[in-house]
Order: sequence, then C-alpha cells, then structure tokens
Amino acid sequence: MSNFSFPESIKSRPTYARLEPRAGKSYLFVADAEGAEAIIDLASNDKSLMSKSHVIYIPKNTGKKYTLQLEKLNINQLYIGPSYSAAQSRLRHTLVSSHMGLQLYLSGTEGLIGQAQRDAMVAGIPHTAIQSEHRGSIGRRMQCVHCKGITEDVDIDPYVCSHCGLSLFVRDHYSRRLAAFQGVCIDAEEPGNIPTAVELYK
Amino acid sequence: MSGSEKINVKVSKIVLLNDLVTRFEFKRIDGELFPTFSGGAHTIVEMKDGGITRRNPYSLMSDPMDQHSYAISVRRDDEGRGGSLFMHNNVKVSDDMVLSYPVNLFSLDLRAKKHLMIAGGIGITPFMAQIKQLDRSHGNWELHYSARSPSLSAYADDLVSMHPNDVHMYYDSENKSIDLENLLDGQPLGTHLYICGPKGMIDWAVGQAVNLGWPNEVIHYEEFLAPKPGKPFQVMLSASNKLVSVGETESLLEAIEREGVDAPYLCRGGACGQCETVVIEAEGEFIHMDHWLEDKEKLSRKKIMPCVSRFDGKTLVLDR
Repeated sequence: MSNFSFPESIKSRPTYARLEPRAGKSYLFVADAEGAEAIIDLASNDKSLMSKSHVIYIPKNTGKKYTLQLEKLNINQLYIGPSYSAAQSRLRHTLVSSHMGLQLYLSGTEGLIGQAQRDAMVAGIPHTAIQSEHRGSIGRRMQCVHCKGITEDVDIDPYVCSHCGLSLFVRDHYSRRLAAFQGVCIDAEEPGNIPTAVELYK
Repeated sequence: MSGSEKINVKVSKIVLLNDLVTRFEFKRIDGELFPTFSGGAHTIVEMKDGGITRRNPYSLMSDPMDQHSYAISVRRDDEGRGGSLFMHNNVKVSDDMVLSYPVNLFSLDLRAKKHLMIAGGIGITPFMAQIKQLDRSHGNWELHYSARSPSLSAYADDLVSMHPNDVHMYYDSENKSIDLENLLDGQPLGTHLYICGPKGMIDWAVGQAVNLGWPNEVIHYEEFLAPKPGKPFQVMLSASNKLVSVGETESLLEAIEREGVDAPYLCRGGACGQCETVVIEAEGEFIHMDHWLEDKEKLSRKKIMPCVSRFDGKTLVLDR
C-alpha cells in the first residue's frame, strides 16, 4: 500500500481522498508512479469504467512495474510518457476538446496532482469537482518565494533552492495557481544559521 | 435596520407587457445615481398596502450598468398573498416607493467558458440583466426560454430579434419543450448551467445535469418561494418578550416585523439564510418551506427560517 495520511495542517494545504466511481459521460485519468495503483483499484471495483477512459500515465522511477498492469486493464486510450511536461500538451488538448460530463481523476505525487489540477481549472473544471488521491512519494513541488524558481520532489526540510541556492523552510502554504507549496528563506534573520535538513514527516 | 440599505424612488413608467406581466421602472427621488449591480440581483420592493407593509423580492431586469433607472417585471398571481396584485392594481406612475439596494443570490460565475441559461415563464427576468452584462463583456451564452404561449412570453420578441442565434423559444401551446438531455450532452467543458423558473423545472434540470455528471459547482438556480399561507399560529419572541399572532396570509417574519421587532432578512424567499432563527422551545409541527436549512437541521427542531416557514402546534418560542 502506498497511501500516506498527511497530518492535519493549515487550510491551504490540499487534502486527498480515495478515487470513487461517479456518473459521467467520459473519464480522464492523470497519474504518476504509484498513482497507477489507485487506477488499478478503481478498475477492479468497476470493470466497465476503463473502456470509456483515457489514461495519461507517467511512470517516473517505477519503470515497468505498473505499465504492464495498466496495459491489461482494457483502457480505451492509454498514454505512457516520460514527464508531466511531455504529457501536458496532450492533457490540454484533451481538456479543450472535452464535453461536460467528463470526470477527472488524478492520482500519484502531489506535484502531478497539483499541476494537472491547475490545467483542469484553466479548462473550466472547478477544483472541488476533481477527484484526487495521493499515492507514493511524499515529495512535493516547491516554489522559492524569493526567486520564484520551482524545485520538484522536495522531501527534506529545509531544502536548497535549485535556482538561487537559498536554504528554504518547507511550508504547508499552498498555491493552486502555481501548483506549488511555498519555500521561505530559513536563515534570513541570522545568515548561516541553517538547521540540519530532516526528512519530511519523519 | 434589517435588510440592505434603502433607496427612495418614484415610479417613472409602467408598461403592460401581456395579460399577466407588467414592467415597473423607477427613478431616484434624490436625483443621485443608482448603484450598478450584477446580473441576477434582486431588490426588495416595499409596498404600503393599507395597514400592512409588504416586502417582496423582484429580480432587477434593467441593464446592470444603467444607473439612471431600475426596472422589475411583475407577474400577476391571482392566488398569491396579494403583493403582485397590489403592484398591478394600486401602483401608479409618480407614486413614491422604497427599494432595497440590490442583493445577488443568482450571479454569473465569470470563470465559466459558457453560460447556458434555462428560463421558464417569469423566470426570464434575472436573465434579462445577465444577458446585458454578458453582452458588454462579449461573453459566450445561450438562452432556452420556455413559456405557455407566444402571447404570454415576456420579452421573447426583443430577445429573439436582438440575439437570433442565442435565444431559443419553446411554447407549451405549440407542444414544444426543451430537449434537455440532448442540450446538455456535448456542451463544452467549463459550461455553467443557470435555471430560473417554477420548482418542477428547476428539479428536472438539476436532476438531468447531475445524472450526466455535471458537478454541483456549475449548476446555479433561483427559485423565489413566496411565503405560503397557512393556519394562524402564535409565537413567543423570547428576547423581545412579545407574544405574536401570525395570521393566515402573513409570514412569520412579517408578523414579527408588524410587532416592531427588527429581525434580520435579505431575500425573503427562503434562499439566503439571513433570517435563520434559533428555536428555544417547540411543541408541535414545523412546516419548513425554505431551501436554506439542511434536512438534518430541519429535523433537529432547533432552527426556523421565518421568511417562508410556519408552525402548527401549541407552543413556539424563538430567540428573537
């Protein structure tokens, strides 16, 4: 099982539930890495669902572990790609040409869920109408509030901004528009006083 | 003073639109400009009908950016409690009246990629203002308007001649009805649905959209509930220490106001939640008519919406 239950935090912090079948005209899944497990679980509950579904899957570091299982699900349209940015034009095109009644399911890491949610919101889906289930790594997509640079898959606190090199405190303050949590300079008041990095949620 | 701010106006024009619907236009007495509003907003019209003050909500249907006058269209309801009859029979040009500042409980969601509007009968009025608003911003909209017959379809001719591609008429007299399932199917992602009309139409349209997988967040509707008459009853207002009798044709809120108690309100139609009142003691049956309280709250017997709901029983004590 790749579920992690995030401790309660500030209101801005996204929360996740399990994917559930919902009435609709068509179904679009976007998942990365262990997020495939959520699709496989849903497919085992509702066998007919997959034949009406388009799945965009990014294996990340899981290799072929899940792709073989997904290929056996009788998915109407299955795309397996190397990264979110590689899949993004396909996702945007799919959303623009979709109709009302589309159900969107997101599963996997917070970075994937957040970015797909942002693209879906731009396409006109209210963020509260999108189902999302966190699976796999607790690494998160961070924005440095100072240089605005994005660092993906941050799983330690503090972390070093991959753009400007500042040591940043990992906040739960989240932006749906940026699809990122906020990282704030940790040694602004006492330059050089940087605590040792610890793993998130350890 | 409860409700939103008040504006003193003079009736500037009365236009008979058909056998049932009349338009009333108002100008400010102080010569100032009216506030602009957003399409879908309503105003509460105060009517001095003999000894009683009626306060009925009507959708503003003039151009939301026109600050020189406000207009409402009133459908005569011969079986109603008398507000619309008062407007039709007693109100004359140059009469002084009082309107409330606009309040919007049926606004457009401007994040929508497209606005799909469904109107039934007099439910056309909020859309008149919304269409003017969307036209100004070059919005993407479509109206499906169902009425009893061409002669009873207020504004249909104007709408069709101004927007021949966007307005679709359906007349009961021609056995034409909205093919909702096909209409909803194939709407582009990001479409929002707006429904204003009789309760049956709202339930039907909301139900169809939900079945087809439309999220609740994109389904908007407005139904003004006129307070229904009922058996007279008595209510004890605990904070004001007053025993009030509620007559057959007045609402609980109106009875409270008649006794000089300043109770909060905004929509007077069971929708906005402003008048929610705590029940201290009750022995009898609640007749909940609002669509504000959750079913759970209605069963709890701890809350009532006095603008539309009633009570049938021995004792009712409210924290008011």
